[in-house]
Amino acid sequence: MSEIILEAKNINKFFTDPIRIQVLNDINFSINKGEFVSLTGKSGCGKSTLLYILSTMDTDYDGTLLIDQMEMPKKNEALLAKVRNEKIGFVFQFHYLLNEFNVLNNVMLPGLKLKKYSTEEVENRAMEKLKILGISQLALKKANQISGGEKQRVAIARALINDPLIIMGDEPTGNLDKKNSDLVFDIFKELSSIYQQTLLIVTHDPSFAERTHRIIHMVDGKIEN
Amino acid sequence: MSKQLLTSIAKSLLIARWKQTLVAAIGVTFSITMFITLLSFMSGLNDLLDGLILNRTAHIRMFNDIKPNDNQPIKLAHKNSNSHHFIESVKSDGNRLAIYNSGAIMESLQKDSRVLGYSPKISTQVFFNDGNIDINGSVFGIEPIQETKLFHFDEYVTSGNSADLSKIDNSIILGKGLASKMLANIGDGIQVTTSKGDRFQLKVVGIFQSGIKDLDNVQSFASIKTVQKIMAQPNNYITDIQIKLKDMTLAPAMAKEYQKLYEIDAEDIQTANSQFETGSSIRTLISYSVGITLLIVAGFGIYNILNMMIFEKMDSIAILKATGFSGQDVKRIFIYIAVSIGIFGGLLGLLLGFGLTSIIDQIPFNTASLPTIKTYPINYNPKFYMIGIVFSLITTYLAGWFPARKASKIDPVIIIRGK
Repeated sequence: MSEIILEAKNINKFFTDPIRIQVLNDINFSINKGEFVSLTGKSGCGKSTLLYILSTMDTDYDGTLLIDQMEMPKKNEALLAKVRNEKIGFVFQFHYLLNEFNVLNNVMLPGLKLKKYSTEEVENRAMEKLKILGISQLALKKANQISGGEKQRVAIARALINDPLIIMGDEPTGNLDKKNSDLVFDIFKELSSIYQQTLLIVTHDPSFAERTHRIIHMVDGKIEN
Repeated sequence: MSKQLLTSIAKSLLIARWKQTLVAAIGVTFSITMFITLLSFMSGLNDLLDGLILNRTAHIRMFNDIKPNDNQPIKLAHKNSNSHHFIESVKSDGNRLAIYNSGAIMESLQKDSRVLGYSPKISTQVFFNDGNIDINGSVFGIEPIQETKLFHFDEYVTSGNSADLSKIDNSIILGKGLASKMLANIGDGIQVTTSKGDRFQLKVVGIFQSGIKDLDNVQSFASIKTVQKIMAQPNNYITDIQIKLKDMTLAPAMAKEYQKLYEIDAEDIQTANSQFETGSSIRTLISYSVGITLLIVAGFGIYNILNMMIFEKMDSIAILKATGFSGQDVKRIFIYIAVSIGIFGGLLGLLLGFGLTSIIDQIPFNTASLPTIKTYPINYNPKFYMIGIVFSLITTYLAGWFPARKASKIDPVIIIRGK
């Protein structure tokens, strides 16, 4: 349980427009395999900014980011895309499903991109993930024909398809009511306890954070111990 | 990379926006249709106009010109002296129009591999006697079979049969204007008077219409033998040899060569008809530029539609990138979309273009000056279809490339955070 999956070393970030402001101030922390971590803090403290840096989508920062003990380059866009595809699963506040595809295909897309398995296998795996999340009956529905809670669960299934090292969530329950939000939390909990899935979830909901293994609290661009 | 996956995503995006796709494809289809129609029609017309002259004109014509002799006798007399000659009142030497040694020349032409064929010809002036009126005109002695093979002679014989010239003794084919002046019909006998005053009875076996009225008013054709008889000349008397080459562009060089070799005047088609080349190349240029303009306009249509599609699909592009599709992949998806619009629209355009030209080909087009033409001329050159499809691919590719590059540069963070 001591294998480090993600490590941030001296990460600083500045916004330069309209004036130079430091949004992240010397961030240092690491996440071990199997941990369920929540990242909390007030609105504007930089927690989402940090998440996008950790997710390799934002490369405009100073410092070093290691995923799976590998340093992430800042310029190689194709390689970063590959890392995101293979090692990171995303769940956003908004589900971002493609309305042109049905639920099953939405889940399959990152898997097909990875090309580790054949199309049939990816399909089987996608069905398996949908079953774990209890929405396998929706597989053939169009993405815009299902409810908000169901969409978020499809998004989680999509995040899981390539068995990522870590799942990152940006307020994944922010748009959901209490019932659905509990449901999503239970799913995360289950993934963590049964499948030893590593999770890093940004949230401003204290009740959500309290139930995770570890809370990283941020204030004004710094991690508060 | 995962080409299949990218094409299937492109396909889904296309189908999801099938109305826009259709509009874009119709734009391409329309422009390709017009491009094909315009070029086929224009080049059909070009061929017709060029053919009007070029089909009937020899690539090289050999004859004895009426001109002063270059070697005046006095030059021979004082060949080696330093004196200078002043000769006045030099007269052209034209008492012998016949080609010397014509039989041998024709025999050597037969062996020349660059020559497609040749046809001997005699031209002479006569008076056509109609009652007490004498009409000035000319009779050409020709070999009807050779003349038809090389210069499409029978296409201009509107009634009667050109082959009858060699079958029926003392027969003649009259120009249309000439025939109507003399009220002569096929089977009628007419009388001609040669410049030397001999009178001859000839039988009309056909009517000839070249499309050029001035010529039809004075010209007539008879077999070589008949003309030799009228002129009381031996059977090796020939005034012109018309040569058709396998490659027309060699004509100027070969004309010079023959001029030296046979000591005769030779004129090539390029010198004689230089204006035609210019005319047709400019007409071709105009039709290409109109066609390509149409395609570029269609390209802008595709550009607009793809730009809008990218604007609408920002979220999808962002999530594709977040889940591991690189900028290159996103770019390819949009280029696939553009090019498939190009292929679909282009192929349909070729088909419709072929259809439209086929319809135009059926529209009657009768004009007195072009007796052989019954419908609008169309040139079904496969080259136009090749150019059409290649250009439709190039323009749609370029029209897709810029929006696709824009899509590939979309930063997913901005879109995801914007919500």
